[in-house]
Amino acid sequence: MAPPTLTQEILNKKDFVTPNDVRWCPGCGDYAILNALQRTFPELGIPKENFVVISGIGCSSRFPYYMNTYGFHTIHGRAPTVATGVKLANPDLSVWLVTGDGDGLGIGGNHLLHALRRNINLNILLFNNRTYGLTKGQYSPTSPVGTKTKTTPMGSIDNPLNPILFALGADATFIARTIDTNPKHMIEIFKAAHRHQGISYIEIFQNCVIFNNKTWDSVYGRQSRDDHMLFLEAGKPMVYGKTERRGVAWTGGGMPELLPMNGATPEEKGILIHDPTRTDSIYAAMLAEMQYPDFPVPVGVLRQVVKPAYDTQIQQQLHAAIARNGGKGDLRQLLYGRNTWRV
Amino acid sequence: MESESVKTRALKELQTVVVRFAGDSGDGMQTVGERFTESAAIFGNDLATFPDFPAEIRAPRGTVPGVSAFQIQFGSTEILTPGDAPDALVAMNPAALKVHLPDLVDGGMLVVNKAAFTKGSLRMAGYPANPLQDPQISENYEVVEIDLNFLVLEALKDFSLNQKNKLRCKNFFALGFMYWIYSRPLETTIEFIRSKWERPYPELAKANIKVLKAGYYFGETTETARNRYMVTKAEVEAGVYRKVSGNEALVLGLIAGAAKANRDLVYSGYPITPASSILETLAAHKHFGVKTIQAEDEMAAIGIALGASYAGNLGATGTSGPGMCLKGEFIGLATSTELPLIIFNIQRAGPSTGLPTKTEQSDLTQALFGRHSDAPIPVIAANSPCDCFETSIEAVRIALTYSTPVIVLSDLYIASGAEPWKVPDPARIPTIEVPFAQEGEPFQVYRRNPETLARTQAIPGQQGLEHRIGGLEKDPFSNVSYDPANHEHMTRMRSEKIERIADSIPPTKVNGEPYGELLIIGWGGTFGAITAACSSLQAEGFSVSSLHLRHLNPLPGDLGEIMENFDKILVPELNQGQLSLLLRSKFLLDIVSYNKIQGQPFKVRELLRKIQEVLRR
Repeated sequence: MAPPTLTQEILNKKDFVTPNDVRWCPGCGDYAILNALQRTFPELGIPKENFVVISGIGCSSRFPYYMNTYGFHTIHGRAPTVATGVKLANPDLSVWLVTGDGDGLGIGGNHLLHALRRNINLNILLFNNRTYGLTKGQYSPTSPVGTKTKTTPMGSIDNPLNPILFALGADATFIARTIDTNPKHMIEIFKAAHRHQGISYIEIFQNCVIFNNKTWDSVYGRQSRDDHMLFLEAGKPMVYGKTERRGVAWTGGGMPELLPMNGATPEEKGILIHDPTRTDSIYAAMLAEMQYPDFPVPVGVLRQVVKPAYDTQIQQQLHAAIARNGGKGDLRQLLYGRNTWRV
Repeated sequence: MESESVKTRALKELQTVVVRFAGDSGDGMQTVGERFTESAAIFGNDLATFPDFPAEIRAPRGTVPGVSAFQIQFGSTEILTPGDAPDALVAMNPAALKVHLPDLVDGGMLVVNKAAFTKGSLRMAGYPANPLQDPQISENYEVVEIDLNFLVLEALKDFSLNQKNKLRCKNFFALGFMYWIYSRPLETTIEFIRSKWERPYPELAKANIKVLKAGYYFGETTETARNRYMVTKAEVEAGVYRKVSGNEALVLGLIAGAAKANRDLVYSGYPITPASSILETLAAHKHFGVKTIQAEDEMAAIGIALGASYAGNLGATGTSGPGMCLKGEFIGLATSTELPLIIFNIQRAGPSTGLPTKTEQSDLTQALFGRHSDAPIPVIAANSPCDCFETSIEAVRIALTYSTPVIVLSDLYIASGAEPWKVPDPARIPTIEVPFAQEGEPFQVYRRNPETLARTQAIPGQQGLEHRIGGLEKDPFSNVSYDPANHEHMTRMRSEKIERIADSIPPTKVNGEPYGELLIIGWGGTFGAITAACSSLQAEGFSVSSLHLRHLNPLPGDLGEIMENFDKILVPELNQGQLSLLLRSKFLLDIVSYNKIQGQPFKVRELLRKIQEVLRR
């Protein structure tokens, strides 16, 4: 995308706010995410008309109605397919897909999987609140075992899906995690996703204030955040903790060790330096496996590797076929085909 | 069809001939059928074909379920169907004989590979004894027994191919022999073999050509058959011709339609018989700017197409009945958001997997009504392989002009059948002008064209026209609206828009007098058989006319009037009476429904019998 030119108007957050009343429940985590995205877009140097926000069904999927861009609120789980079609038609558009743990990992799991696998140049925001909010609180594919809801009165018995491992299985080229309580971090991650060529997948820990309130508090709550989250930065050692500084040490196999720093430098302790560009999936899988309460939960860019984007390659094949034909075929060439005879 | 023969000493001239090649699914019967077709087409005959193959790629060798067949009718007169019954049957093994002999006309020619009638293969086919030794067979048919295995190995004795590969050439021996029987030229087929195999497998190309010629010369030198025939060129309109199958013609029409509408084309499909070849053929047309994608499932296929339409391309997708079920939810979204979209349904026999390689017309009610809520959309149908071209263009016209998804019904019989096609002049294909909204002008998402009621589309990338659409009910400004009156208004608008398409449909053509005793109404792939039956009865003086519907929703505005001019109405369909149901409910008329649900097209003689029975009532 070209940088803004002098003639292009400078955009600000207000340009991306619609006059529509936002209808999420008061206190919903979605407000913060909406605010962060509205603050991100003006900074990307893209003309406003080139943004498209696409969603499926669910609370998160009302998002397009509140973004003053082109927007398409589609059907349950299928937003990745519509977004793929948009990118095929016009690869110059900046396409943002908003989904949730039910929409993206339940009914739309297959589409999400294949969008990730294709490495199409889309930005996917997956709001994970571990519940079905819009249908009033049934358990979701990411709910922990034992979650009691109206459909699971004796507790859920199916294992939750790890959204990061899911994306790794599809070899997604950009995988990140952020939290709805940290606007600064969200904006930083959204910008990184935009810069990435290919699929960008962001899991956002999001709070459903009505049906699953405080679901992430043990991770990002005021009391726990410093000791239970690990902010990843490329090239920086993995050190965390307020009550006690600790570092992550990893031999390359199994799960890492959490070493007390005791005032030592990371070098001295052999603390792991974060490298999201590792092409093997073992490292990112190890990070994905770091879960509460045994490990600090990593947030930031977990993986960012370079692979050709699907939409770019489609265009390349098109151009190659046209070049091989000595120019774009016309209707005469089309209709006559190869074998004709005259009567 | 009746074939009139003029006796000469050794060469009989025929007007029409039906030939069927049948063998194991690994015997290359589709290949030789295709070659015979190509050669007849280039020779100048009119023709129609019917490939009939099993769902299994390779069922156990030599068994009845593994039999694959290809039928062609060619002639010097207009050919409307692949023919009721073969005049000549080539049976490569006992199983093929078992399946297809009952169809061979009395006195017809039966060519068999004698070498395949071993004890083992007879048992596999379920024959207790060798049927070739049954005197009834030689009494009823003109039997030509050829030891294909021996003759092919002899012809190729100087070739370095192994025996197995040599024997794989035997289909071309049979083809060469049939070329001799029907006095056909070999050049087209030799050229085909060269272009296909010369580069990768030069020895195989040589071997196939050698065997093809050997088959031809075998006929010439041994005069095995008592009779030899010729079929002269058909009198057809002057012009340039090519051979097309139904799915090929759909593709050509789709690309041409998109080009005439000045829209880039995105086609997205998921493999399913018999629609897969649409995606395959379009994928080979990238040099015309066509973008294709093999989606992860049927829902994705239509979702991608819809996304492409939303962003200003023309999105199209194709499938068969079961896939249509999966696409239903998205058709609802396309209806609600009023976006152009083309959906091909190449019907096959169902429900469920049913008979996936056999034909049927049983998805009409699904196309008309198979969605949640009040969601009418246009439905049109192709009636022959050539007609698929114009059907596709009509679909593009309706989809863009009325900003709506369109269902195009074809079926396996049309999709895989082939015909000679007079190549149209590209300049004479009408343009389809549907502009997008203009930047700088006020834009309202659901402002409607007063004539068509279509909305105007603004597309991402257009400055100042940013807006939101989606599956929630909207007011005319595309704001989410729960207003009861608005929902009724929008529902009625969407229906009225589809109804208005009828205003743009040309007057219905009636084959025969516009009034009389009996009107036959058909749709889709039954066109050839109905027209042939109707025309032959007209020639005998019966008061019978027929009409074939392209538009099934909305129906043509003049249909009711036409129907009133006849005493009786007969609707033949390859289903349990779906068009009958529609016509009865729309017009409150008594309609005779004639139904066949066997996975096979109507035979002309079945229709003749039924029509005469109805006339006698």
